[in-house]
Amino acid sequence: MRFERREHRPLSLLILTPLIAVVSALAISGILIALAGAPVLEAYWRILAGAFGSRLAVSETLTRATPLILTGLAAAVAFRARLWNIGAEGQLYLGALAVAAAGSMLLGGLPGIVQIPLLLVTGAVAGMLFMLIPLWLRLRFSVDEVVTSLLLNFVAVLIVSMLIDGVLKDPMAFGWPQSYPVADDALLPKLIARSRLHIGFGIAIVLSIVIYFIQSRTVFGMQSRAAGLNPPGAVFAGVPLGRTLLKVACLSGGLAGLAGAIEVLGVKGYVTTDLSPGFGYAGIVVAMLANLNPIVVVLTALFTATMFVGADGMSRSMGIPTYIADVTVALSLLTMLVGLFHSQYRIRR
Amino acid sequence: MTLPVLQIEGVSKRFGNNLANDDISLTLAKGEIIALLGENGAGKTTLMSILFGHYTPDAGRIVVDGTELPPGKPRAAIRAGVGMVHQHFSLAPNLTVLENVMTGTESLWAVKSQTGAARRKLLSISERFGLRIDPDKRLGDLSVGEQQRVEILKSLYNDARILILDEPTAVLTNIEAERLFTVLKDMARQGLSLIFISHKLDEVMAAADRIVVLRRGKTVAERRASDSSKAELAELMVGRQVERPVREPSTPGALALAARDITVWVNGVARLKSISFALREGEILGIVGVSGNGQAVLGQMLFGTCARTSGTLELFGKPVADLTVPDVVDAGIGRIPEDRNHEGAIGEMAIWENAVLERISSPAFSKNGLVNRNAGMAFARRIIEEFDVRGGTPQTRARLLSGGNLQKLILGRNLLQNPRILIAAQPTRGLDEGAVAAVHARLLAARKEGAAVLLISEDLDEVIRLADRIQAIVGGLLSPPVEAADADARKLGLMMAGEWREVEDAV
Repeated sequence: MRFERREHRPLSLLILTPLIAVVSALAISGILIALAGAPVLEAYWRILAGAFGSRLAVSETLTRATPLILTGLAAAVAFRARLWNIGAEGQLYLGALAVAAAGSMLLGGLPGIVQIPLLLVTGAVAGMLFMLIPLWLRLRFSVDEVVTSLLLNFVAVLIVSMLIDGVLKDPMAFGWPQSYPVADDALLPKLIARSRLHIGFGIAIVLSIVIYFIQSRTVFGMQSRAAGLNPPGAVFAGVPLGRTLLKVACLSGGLAGLAGAIEVLGVKGYVTTDLSPGFGYAGIVVAMLANLNPIVVVLTALFTATMFVGADGMSRSMGIPTYIADVTVALSLLTMLVGLFHSQYRIRR
Repeated sequence: MTLPVLQIEGVSKRFGNNLANDDISLTLAKGEIIALLGENGAGKTTLMSILFGHYTPDAGRIVVDGTELPPGKPRAAIRAGVGMVHQHFSLAPNLTVLENVMTGTESLWAVKSQTGAARRKLLSISERFGLRIDPDKRLGDLSVGEQQRVEILKSLYNDARILILDEPTAVLTNIEAERLFTVLKDMARQGLSLIFISHKLDEVMAAADRIVVLRRGKTVAERRASDSSKAELAELMVGRQVERPVREPSTPGALALAARDITVWVNGVARLKSISFALREGEILGIVGVSGNGQAVLGQMLFGTCARTSGTLELFGKPVADLTVPDVVDAGIGRIPEDRNHEGAIGEMAIWENAVLERISSPAFSKNGLVNRNAGMAFARRIIEEFDVRGGTPQTRARLLSGGNLQKLILGRNLLQNPRILIAAQPTRGLDEGAVAAVHARLLAARKEGAAVLLISEDLDEVIRLADRIQAIVGGLLSPPVEAADADARKLGLMMAGEWREVEDAV
């Protein structure tokens, strides 16, 4: 058996690959559901109902999709330039922490219209700065950023843990380790009344379009793609490698930091160490399922959010652990990788 | 006449609409060397892949020593004594020579590997064929020529009696290539049979007993090397008479590029040692040399990808500081890199993107950081039209172009800007005869237009035909120039060996 590179990738294949990947992942998870003794189709029906069955369910799913879109974009932007930022989780936490600190202390008195943009920028900058550490290590010492950005995730959570049990600890929280809350004025306006859905969702959608535009239409987008695809070729064509990667890292880290900022300002109002149920890692799956296309990231983030939100409802009524959502999402990454391989190569015997 | 060791009978293979092999037959006798000659895409590699069992033929059969090989089974081919030396080696750089040779020869379930016996066998083979190598060296530390030797040894270790070499000289320097053919001839004398694939006329004339010419998937001729000529073979291969263009006399104009005492250190090694040259408008200055003698660094220095350590560089009489790529491009210097696949193009990007990438920041192709896609596409269309780039539209990925067409794209994106200086590094390396003629014609046309052309090449024939003046580069040193009119292969050969002082004395 040999693998032969496909000369042309038909559009149908590009569309079908993620669909087939998701269906296969659902089919394999179905085996687990059946093993747990529940009817598979009904379980999936309940997941759908749990995610879209009511106005509240829909708003919950969209709320959950918001940080996933942003971390998905963070991964997509970086991976496109072959910068393997696995640290979105940590950048998200640092963004959240910076927002909580600034919102509760420095900027707390400002009116919302001024405070919110400032806080969002603060979060993005914090994420950016945190991503600069692995980038600097790579450019200066050729240290693999997969390892450094991944390990910094744990450092980030420990920093959060230290501060919310220290200087940022909210004395009104009955001893729970959580940060001071941000001022009420800093909370993001709701998109739908009496739900948790906030304008952060709109911001994420707009950003996905902006990123798409940057990648397909700008000089920076073209240069970062060249740098990722063929570094010596990019150097020969005069692409400043270091500077391009620096911009990519800032964009990627900034998006992840923004995810943290929006999660604090839109949903929680303060920071704890369980702010993110792995949004940063799930963002990698979201980006890969979307084949790194920023527009498709919105759809794949919705799929992932559907699984997580829907699994909660399904679990209550059918007695299957919610971990089935994690299993399905993780499986869909594996099936997508297999699918991507098949869309690039054909198998010959 | 003994029984042929190998018979290929009526082999056909179709890929989509493309008939890669059309009813090809061939016989190989014991102790014979056959050259399979043809342009890129003539079906040589496909035929050999069928022989080795990589592809299953649509029709025809392969017979080794009177027994038919089952189609599509490389293991059966190896067992029957067929060995293949690929153009891109299939060796593991992190293993030693011995480990590489042994890979795949022992059962995965063997308790202990028979390293001692394997080492003895390897050494006896390397002794017998004069393929000297240290079995304990890490493969990654070997030169390309030595790696090829390991690849050959690996086939011999598997008791190959028929050895197939796919463009064996593509990665070798001239001297390494000569050494390789000496070894191959010796192997034939000892009873092995060889087929080598090539599109270089010189080497097939020199090394093969018989030459089989393929064109568009068909055998068009079979000649004994002694009964044929280079001109005839070239015509058979291309299907029409090919004449490499020759320069017309011209009078050089103003000084375009002057280098004085330039030294370049790379990773603690002096690659260029105080070299000087002067390039005038309307002339071609040839730099010849065996690769690895500093010409790559010379090219990079002028391309803006490698800074000089000391020395002065003048463009049109004005001294310039360290050159960056944008400096070079903005100064109107055309650049043709040595490695077109890895430096000259980004394979996964579209042709139009490759056409404009090095000028993407210029107002012609972008404004306020936004790419002007239409201008890029139009530019690419112009290149495709004027430079006869075949095999794609502006949106095709560059990787799908053949070497010759990719080179035309690179030439086009430079020459359409009417460069005043053109730096061409190994512009025809690996190209087939038709493409070589096209590239030569373009370089001469640029010279006629008044461009100053620096031609860095290891192809003596090319340099003698195109260049007005020639300098040789040896170990980072540059010889004084000689007029092309006074140069011949022998004299240049001496210069490339670093003996230009004796050449001067002899004059």
